[in-house]
Amino acid sequence: MIELPIALADLWFGIVLAFLAAFLFLDGFDFGVGAIFALRTDATEREQLLAAIGPFWDGNEVWLVVFGGGLFAAFPPVYAGLFSRHYLLLFGVLGALILRGLAPEFYEQREDERWHRWWGRAFVAGSVGAPFLLGVFTANWVLGVSGIAPASVVVGLAVVALTVVSGAAFLGVKTRGSFREETTAYGPRAAVAYLALVVVALALAAPRLAFGPTTLFLVALSVALAGGYVLALRRGRYHLALATAGGLTAGLVALVGAWLYPLADPATGLTVADAAVGSPSIELLTGASVLLLPLVATYFVMLYSVFRGPIEPGETY
Amino acid sequence: MPIRPEHIHDGPNSDPRRPPRRGTDDEPAPGGGDVIDPALASRLQFALTTIVHIIFPVMSMGLAPFLVYFTWKEVRTGEALYVRLRRFWTKIFAISFAVGTVTGLVLEFEFGTNFAAFSETVGALMGGPLAVEGMMAFMLEATFLGVFVFGRERVSDRFYFVSSVFVGLGTWLSAVWILIANSWMQTPRGFEMVTENGHPVVALTDPIAAYANPRFPWMFVHMQNAAVLSVALFMAGVAAYHIYRRRHLGVVDSGNYDAEFWRATLKVALVVLIVTAPFQVIHGDAYGRHVAETQPQKFAAMEAVWETDSYVPEYLIAFPTSVEDLTDPRAKELFGIGIPGGASWLASGGDASAEITGLNEFEESPPVAVVFWSFRAMVALGFWFVVLAFWSAYRWYSGELYDDRLLHKALMVSALAGVFTVELGWIVTEVGRQPWVIQGVMKTTAGVSPGLTGTDAALTLGGFAAVYLGLLTVYTYVIARIVRRGPKPPESDAESGRETSTIDPAPEVTDD
Ligand code: HDD
Ligand code: HEM
Ligand code: HEM
Repeated sequence: MIELPIALADLWFGIVLAFLAAFLFLDGFDFGVGAIFALRTDATEREQLLAAIGPFWDGNEVWLVVFGGGLFAAFPPVYAGLFSRHYLLLFGVLGALILRGLAPEFYEQREDERWHRWWGRAFVAGSVGAPFLLGVFTANWVLGVSGIAPASVVVGLAVVALTVVSGAAFLGVKTRGSFREETTAYGPRAAVAYLALVVVALALAAPRLAFGPTTLFLVALSVALAGGYVLALRRGRYHLALATAGGLTAGLVALVGAWLYPLADPATGLTVADAAVGSPSIELLTGASVLLLPLVATYFVMLYSVFRGPIEPGETY
Repeated sequence: MPIRPEHIHDGPNSDPRRPPRRGTDDEPAPGGGDVIDPALASRLQFALTTIVHIIFPVMSMGLAPFLVYFTWKEVRTGEALYVRLRRFWTKIFAISFAVGTVTGLVLEFEFGTNFAAFSETVGALMGGPLAVEGMMAFMLEATFLGVFVFGRERVSDRFYFVSSVFVGLGTWLSAVWILIANSWMQTPRGFEMVTENGHPVVALTDPIAAYANPRFPWMFVHMQNAAVLSVALFMAGVAAYHIYRRRHLGVVDSGNYDAEFWRATLKVALVVLIVTAPFQVIHGDAYGRHVAETQPQKFAAMEAVWETDSYVPEYLIAFPTSVEDLTDPRAKELFGIGIPGGASWLASGGDASAEITGLNEFEESPPVAVVFWSFRAMVALGFWFVVLAFWSAYRWYSGELYDDRLLHKALMVSALAGVFTVELGWIVTEVGRQPWVIQGVMKTTAGVSPGLTGTDAALTLGGFAAVYLGLLTVYTYVIARIVRRGPKPPESDAESGRETSTIDPAPEVTDD
């Protein structure tokens, strides 16, 4: 039998969850912009919302690709078990992502109103549906259940609220003037809704989960971050607000990790150590990631600094 | 505990929480009373979703070198023509890329949703390339695409050019990794079978043997050349359409017909066509030999050879003698025009008397008719592209490139033929490997997700059929609209800040 390098297994558990967190935060603000798109009806405002995410969403979505790829590569039985058990749920996520990805691309191709109305709806449906279903999926994973459990639905809603939290802060950075004031105003409300939904979800999930000091710490941290977020938005410190939204997302995924570990898949009882691939696959994967992830970070820094600051008047999707 | 590959289906199922694997020989696949056999539905769904996905990578991998060239010329010369070329073809690239992303994501999830047993078995070997593909290729491509599509005014010329190179490099690197995964499924090595968590799984023993497997270089060269060739055909077809309408039909409806633009597009495309079309045929011939050596069963299906024989003819055209035989093209019962000894010659690299192992020597065969006809059609189209290339080269040489109506028509009808041929080639590759999902190691039916029900599978299969039909319709509509409208008239280039245009800004470049 192959001897498993336990430390690498744990490391990969952390990396895979970090990929998930990166996706939920980065594509999260794209989703949040999509949700805010639903609340704005003015055509030029809508153009601006699309322009804000234009250069970013594709790169952001790749974090989901590497989450799937990383899970497949590091924990094949978890990837296989989890994805096949949540069959329809995942195809729902894919359907939503298809709508969200295509809609802005096609929206711009024609000027007429009906075309815009329909692709606008597709954009909203995808932007709200994807985080909702991913939230349900993640909660089901932690709870070891399939189908649609009440706690999972609440988590799905909480993730949608979280994307609006990030989206509002992102628009604080990307827009100007009264439009900025109106869009960032959604942020504090979404933050309150997020906290409330998390509390409800915890209450519903209580019989199935152990509440240790880590949970309490992470919940307290989330409350503090949400407070910081609201203050930062009020003071116009939009970058700081965006960072705290990132912290909130990381906190949520950390909760997921804390509850799962040492199991990788509660439904089958597989532990992180048992589920990890053996040598030399895991060493190769680690080596490749050590080389590549700093590069990837560089690309994102490059991208976000080329397109830093508010969108310019002439810029469209 | 290494076990022999043939015994892969017999692994004990020690985990009571997980349903047993399906498709073992003694235990027929469940789902008899189901809406549809989940294995069949999964295969159809995977076939449908990859066949749709590959269209978009072909467009983006094929367009990439053209865009790098246009950007380079734009940055070096500042000519407005290259600004228009780069802009116009980037628009098509960006839309294809977005559709490629969403359809590719589907595939990545589908390994887990529909082929869970396969994923669990091969994760240690195939997971790596897919994860690295994401980190190395998609990240590069998707971030620099943001700059390339939205950032012309925000970055320097040099940085903009570098972005075009990185986008192109990203698309090609993604082909490297996905084809490493796929080529390993054709010629697997560098592994042993072990049992883990009660399931037989592949353990990587020799990464170099596995990832640098013999099929990979063949596949990569053939695929990338096919992508460039397909896009050259597309560009030439589109340019021919515009030139034909203006010159032969005298249509002047579109106010901004841009003769310079379409002539440049046609010429660039033809240069590439003249290089890639003959290369593809020559390479394909050698590739066939490699397949004959490494997957004799697939080669026999490509040639529909049932009995092991020597002096096997290569049928160029073959008709079954009776209608029922249409799906069963046994070589012996064909009216055909064949080259005596041709197939033997192809398999051996020049020996017309070489022996070809017939399908009857194998326990199971792939759906022979599908493989046989797809292979025939790919080869026929390959020769047709060579004819097109030589014909255009001759007309160009004789100075009649813009006058030959028939040539323009031929280019127009071939605009999508390259992409179609790629589909045929993949059908040969993938259907020809059946019943194996990993040649000689694992059967496709054994790879299907154990818990999948026919109802769920039917639901998603139907959903994909509908969604992808819609997606292809909208994509075709949007691309056709862009193509019909042509590039923005030259004046609007002023806004890009490069006034050094060398052409007369008036759009009335006459065409006669
Ligand atoms: C423009 C497209 C195109 C053209 C003109 C050709 N091919 Fe091709 N062919 C492909 C596009 C393609 C492909 C990109 O679709 C495949 C699928 C897998 C691969 O590596 O390339 C392929 C596969 C493929 C295979 C199967 C390999 C396997 O099973 O792994 C063989 C033997 C050939 N080709 C041979 C030929 C020959 C003899 C050709 C010409 C006379 C030819 N191809 C023209
Ligand atoms: C994009 C080009 C590709 C096309 C058009 C294509 C097409 C197909 C088709 C038609 C089948 C069905 C064969 C049958 O069941 O009779 C199939 C099977 C399969 N292919 Fe591919 N394929 C492509 C690339 C790949 C790659 C790159 C991989 C792996 C990395 C892959 C993995 C598989 C697997 C696992 C199956 C077995 C499942 C099944 O039979 O449906 N394919 N493919
Ligand atoms: C069946 C196996 C396949 C899988 C699992 C797969 C997976 C994916 C995924 C997840 C993406 C989206 C990446 C992003 O978000 O940017 C993608 C896009 C892409 N795929 Fe595939 N793919 C498959 C087959 C192929 C084949 C056979 C090729 C080419 C040889 C290919 C080339 C590409 C390229 C170039 C892109 C970038 C998007 C684009 O340029 O349109 N893929 N693929």
